[in-house]
Amino acid sequence: MTATAPHQEERHASRPSARPAVAVAHAAKTFRLPHQRYSTLKERALHPFASRTFDELHALEDVSFEVAQGEFFGIVGRNGSGKSTLLKCLAGIYAIDAGSVEVEGRLSPFIELGVGFNPELTARDNVIINAIMLGLSRRQARARFDEIIAFAELEEFVDLKLKNYSSGMGVRLGFAVAVQVDAEVLLVDEVLAVGDASFQQKCFEQFDRMKAEGRTILYVTHDMASVERFCDRGLVLERGRVVDLGPPEQITRTYSALNFGQAGDADASGSGGPARVLSAWCESPEGERLVASRHGERLTACFEIEFTEPVDDPVFTIVFRNEVRHTILVCSTDARVATGRFEAGRRATVRFGFENNLAASRYTLTPSVGAPGRGHDCYARADDLAALIVQGAGSGGVIELPYTVEVEGR
Amino acid sequence: MTPDLRRFANLTLTLAATDFKLRFFGSVLGYLWTLVRPLMLFGVIYVVFTQVVKLGEGVENYPVYLLTSIVLFTFFSETTSRGVKALVERENLLRKIRFPRLVIPLSVALAALFNLVANFVAIFVFVFAAGIDPQVSWLEIPLLVGMLVVLATGISMLTSALYVRYRDVEPIWEVALQILFYASPILYVITLVPEKYRDELIALNPIATVLTQMRHALIDRDAPSAVDVLGGWPQLAIPVAIVALVFALGLWVFAREAPRIAENL
Repeated sequence: MTATAPHQEERHASRPSARPAVAVAHAAKTFRLPHQRYSTLKERALHPFASRTFDELHALEDVSFEVAQGEFFGIVGRNGSGKSTLLKCLAGIYAIDAGSVEVEGRLSPFIELGVGFNPELTARDNVIINAIMLGLSRRQARARFDEIIAFAELEEFVDLKLKNYSSGMGVRLGFAVAVQVDAEVLLVDEVLAVGDASFQQKCFEQFDRMKAEGRTILYVTHDMASVERFCDRGLVLERGRVVDLGPPEQITRTYSALNFGQAGDADASGSGGPARVLSAWCESPEGERLVASRHGERLTACFEIEFTEPVDDPVFTIVFRNEVRHTILVCSTDARVATGRFEAGRRATVRFGFENNLAASRYTLTPSVGAPGRGHDCYARADDLAALIVQGAGSGGVIELPYTVEVEGR
Repeated sequence: MTPDLRRFANLTLTLAATDFKLRFFGSVLGYLWTLVRPLMLFGVIYVVFTQVVKLGEGVENYPVYLLTSIVLFTFFSETTSRGVKALVERENLLRKIRFPRLVIPLSVALAALFNLVANFVAIFVFVFAAGIDPQVSWLEIPLLVGMLVVLATGISMLTSALYVRYRDVEPIWEVALQILFYASPILYVITLVPEKYRDELIALNPIATVLTQMRHALIDRDAPSAVDVLGGWPQLAIPVAIVALVFALGLWVFAREAPRIAENL
């Protein structure tokens, strides 16, 4: 199509100038939330001035960063930190209140996959409609249709209504359409959460290809593994402010710290007790501290305690909980094992080593110290003091043990 | 066409076509419903107003007039009543994709226009069955439909933008539509209106202007034209100006609200 050719020239022409693809300076976005929502005329007529009071929600405050052309830039942050607002401001869906957002080159107009997919229509119709919404012409959409379906691996289901698709198939279709958009700057909000392992692999390959083509990608996610794998740089948002900006390793560390509370938070434990939990972490067999671990590796869960009163034979326990707060693993010095006497003022470090058979997920570590005997009177405990991300494909189970398999035919 | 304008047109057309396609989706008669619905309404009204209340007496080709005006008013009420909620119903799109917000009310009007064109097929069947011969004045039909389209689009731009903030707009508009139904010469013809109200009605209600002129142009050359009823060409400026003003107001309000629609939804 004629529409794409001049753009490519433009892109090459603009590259030597090395202008940033995206430049955000002191951007701010405030939502005004009325104390009471007056949404009928009568209320407005009866209380013409009452509704003037607002709660201001500062969704973004003084956000500044630049993304170079061809960079893969990660945006991470907790729920409600302003990630989506930032993306919507970049995409031009929301207007910013202050500061500036400058984008060099064509920007993809969407922030989510498969927007506007209609369950009553077939995949064929949906692909065409979605492609047009994302900015392709009708002719381009038709021309690229086969390619899109082939990428999504849905050739057999082209004439199936979308409501009969699995959610994974829907996402695949959405992704396949989205990569066809001729944009130099792409905004991607959390795509890889769905889809099976082989399709995720394909998405990653597509990302690599787009990177190689020199496209700029802004990627919003919770998945630290993909941040480390793809992003050249990234930023962490917290309460609408940029709290960290830098290389991916730094970003994932900051994010994990934000998410699971830092060592300094340990004072939440029974402060009046005879012991205090100082910190908790995971480390590799070599003693290197880990934020993330691969499934199947050796792993050591550690925590440090300080005793404020003398204690005999305390029981040390560390509990792993997954994202839905189910207790997955409990490591404990058994109540019958004598751990010895700890004088006041002494510190102890406890290490539990194990083969990491945890399923891929995020875990929090809750260390505690208790009294010996059946009751386990708790001296000190620090909930969710540290975090561990276990990487791997994931079978869907909460635990993944090594097993043998035998199939016997008759 | 610039790429932006092309995308605007593409999107409007696509949304309207999808809307039209999905309307009677899964029903056995499918598209036929677009014809059957106004015909059934017409049937009921026809029986009532020719057999019970003899409104149509002395009106040449009253059934054809009744059908035409019902079809045109259905277009108007469909565009505007669907238009009110259009933005809120498309919330998902508005919050996830950047595109000109004006696409939404325009696509609603366009989808209703598809219906209207389909319904004109039925009208022409009745026209020919009544023995009316094709005339040069039929060329006025697109112009009259156009006037109605501009009016309906202007109103739905206005109401859809206001509905985002004030949910009262919906019931208000529902009542307004009912008033307009009886304030327009649909069941009756304009000449049945007492003389002292007649020119006010036709001047202040552009729908009345359109329907009266439609009768003159399509059905009965002997019936008075809009200009006849208005009392002269200069007076025609009043309904035309009303349509233009409503459209301009709608566009202005919509353009003012557009940048904040996504966050106010």
